Amino acid sequence: MKELMLGNEAIARGAYEAGVKVAAAYPGTPSTEIISNFAKYEGVYAEWSPNEKVAMEVGIGASIGGARTLVAMKHVGVNVAADPLFTFSYTGVNGGLVLVSADDPGMHSSQNEQDNRGYGLFAKLPVIEPSDSQEAKDYTRLAFDISEEFDTPVMLRVTTRLCHSQTLVELGERVEVENKDYKKDAAKYVMLPGFARDRHAEVEKRMLRLADFAEKTDLNRIEWGNKDLGVITSGVAYQYVKEALPDASVLKLGLVNPLPEKLIRFFADQVKRLVVVEELEPVIEMQVKAWGLKIEGKELFSRLGEYSPEMIAERLSSFKLDAGFGLEKEIPARPPLMCPGCPHRGVFYTLNKMRLTVMGDIGCYTLGALNPLNGMDACICMGASIGTALGMEKARGEEFASRVVAVIGDSTFVHSGITSLIDVVYNQGTSTVLILDNCTTAMTGHQDHPATGFTVKKQPTSRLDIEALIRAIGINAVKVVDPLDLAQLKTALEEELSRREPSVIICRRPCALLEKDPVREKYYVDAELCTGCRLCTRIGCTGIYYVEDDKKAVINSNTCIGCGLCPQVCKFDAIKTVEV
Amino acid sequence: MQNQNKNILIAGVGGQGTLLTSRIIARTAVQMGYDVKVSEVHGMAQRGGSVVSQVRYGKKVYSPIIRKGDADIILAFEKIEAARWLDYLKPGGTIIINNIRVDPLPVLSGKAKYPDDIADKISSFVEKAFVVDADKIAESCGSIRAANVVMVGIFASVFGIPEEEVKKAIQYLVPAGFLEINLAAFDEGKKIFIELNRVK
Repeated sequence: MKELMLGNEAIARGAYEAGVKVAAAYPGTPSTEIISNFAKYEGVYAEWSPNEKVAMEVGIGASIGGARTLVAMKHVGVNVAADPLFTFSYTGVNGGLVLVSADDPGMHSSQNEQDNRGYGLFAKLPVIEPSDSQEAKDYTRLAFDISEEFDTPVMLRVTTRLCHSQTLVELGERVEVENKDYKKDAAKYVMLPGFARDRHAEVEKRMLRLADFAEKTDLNRIEWGNKDLGVITSGVAYQYVKEALPDASVLKLGLVNPLPEKLIRFFADQVKRLVVVEELEPVIEMQVKAWGLKIEGKELFSRLGEYSPEMIAERLSSFKLDAGFGLEKEIPARPPLMCPGCPHRGVFYTLNKMRLTVMGDIGCYTLGALNPLNGMDACICMGASIGTALGMEKARGEEFASRVVAVIGDSTFVHSGITSLIDVVYNQGTSTVLILDNCTTAMTGHQDHPATGFTVKKQPTSRLDIEALIRAIGINAVKVVDPLDLAQLKTALEEELSRREPSVIICRRPCALLEKDPVREKYYVDAELCTGCRLCTRIGCTGIYYVEDDKKAVINSNTCIGCGLCPQVCKFDAIKTVEV
Repeated sequence: MQNQNKNILIAGVGGQGTLLTSRIIARTAVQMGYDVKVSEVHGMAQRGGSVVSQVRYGKKVYSPIIRKGDADIILAFEKIEAARWLDYLKPGGTIIINNIRVDPLPVLSGKAKYPDDIADKISSFVEKAFVVDADKIAESCGSIRAANVVMVGIFASVFGIPEEEVKKAIQYLVPAGFLEINLAAFDEGKKIFIELNRVK
């Protein structure tokens, strides 16, 4: 029986079968399950790195050391890793290296929807794009051969819909690949200008050889149908095209950089109308247009979000979608929200109540920006909170800074908050940083990181002491508070904000989802005492809600885990513990 | 765009266990020798947001996502989530609505009203709409968390899937400690649909 596998599991499997020995990543949706699955195989090394740049560098070292190596990250992670990546493109590999970029069209769980095929052109890398889990496994295997044959890192570009779809996969055997010999070769690996100039010339030659390979490889194939319409497509969009336009001729590209110019010209000659169906940016379209061919693309399809079979059918066939029932207009939206018992909730309730300016960061706590908590002013990228808070202070002065905080999670702080905190000390900032330490990387599904004391394989390891690190940076004002104790939190904030020096408050409590027996106490609303003021609904918890007919609040005993936050908010002592 | 594939859309609220439902259905279809694709939601939406997973099976499946107006059945774990995805239902398709209300953030914070009559409205549009108390049935089987497997039972009943195939998939996917409760929930789901259908 073939196995049903997520695209991400299939990539891990492909790397395993290809003989990969070393893998590194920082978790990020939709890429996380690649390394968490790879780590389950025996006899391989895998790590959660502190961030994507480090993951890339570990990968580069392993490749120079001669091992086949897998590095995985979400699309915006490649921005973090771009510095080593661009120059590694010049040095080339020893053992094959494949970098998986998991893009997120539609921004299911991301702050932007950049199209990382652009990195192929920019960093001069071959880019391979599978369209289902079988291809994800097969192409990953093949990518290692290409990497070694052409002396280049290879980017495997996937999207959320592939990463998180399960399709059937035929498994293969692992090939044990010996490490390549390591020989000192400064002209190849030391990128001083003199050496780098020679390497750049090699890169240009490599891209020509790859362009020639693109014409011949099975990664690119034509599926002939009716020649009135010819569609060039790649990735999961290929599946939508086959569903929507079963009769069309299709040129399916598995290697999307460099493009097979001759093959595309040949295909264009054979069909009456040529269309490219590619999600996000017109990466293929612009190149085909530059060759002087007539092709339609973004005049038919959006640069925004994901595509669907019905969208393609509507634009390119006589198919018309029914109007539908129109019910979605009558129903409220359901944005994601913090879980009942989440330690972040009280923090944002307090920050909003104190009317502070909050420079935010990436994690579950970014949800603190939403109504009714409304506790965040800005969120840009991983680690940006502390630097942006310092910038705010330099623009608007110390007085303003006494009302500004940065909030950053524990995993995000280790990822890229530490250097900005050093900047605050070095350049004499005064603002207060809140480290929301829930002892895990929560949003992506509870991965370990350097401050949890466990590796990706759940082996105990040295645990980063966040307090000691902060003191070593030169910050003396460090406090640890329980974020579910609102009075303690408020006092700490008042003290630290009034300080004319940098300070850190660590709000420490494990993620509510990590607790094995989460229900601590049961609460109920005493209807006699409840005045219907609705203050308790301001914490935005699904465990407590307001009943319009009775003008009273009610606790949902199925969702409430008894974190004790709402009784602290109630001014009338109406929320009480259930007597056992 | 006509095809013979079966399309199952599972809609709910992050944390309700929609993923397990789609995985049981998909594994059953694999056991029966079909080509199968499943689309899931991971990441931020899992934190209490609106989530959907989709299972497609048949001789050959291309797209992992169902097009609008093409779902043979919608298994909705919450009332307004049923309405949110209703446009995906095929004419003549079946929708199963778990009779529970989970207030989304805009309702909790008083910015929006919960449309309590939404299940009736759906029933007025769709002939094969069935409202079930999956949570209560699951509770009577031992755990409210098995409501997702009650829905699997209903699915098996609607599609006439051999019971032993589904049970094999449940045995594969559910941890041993919870197996008994889940198998009971499956049986109850099968039964309740037969009853509801008779009443209708």
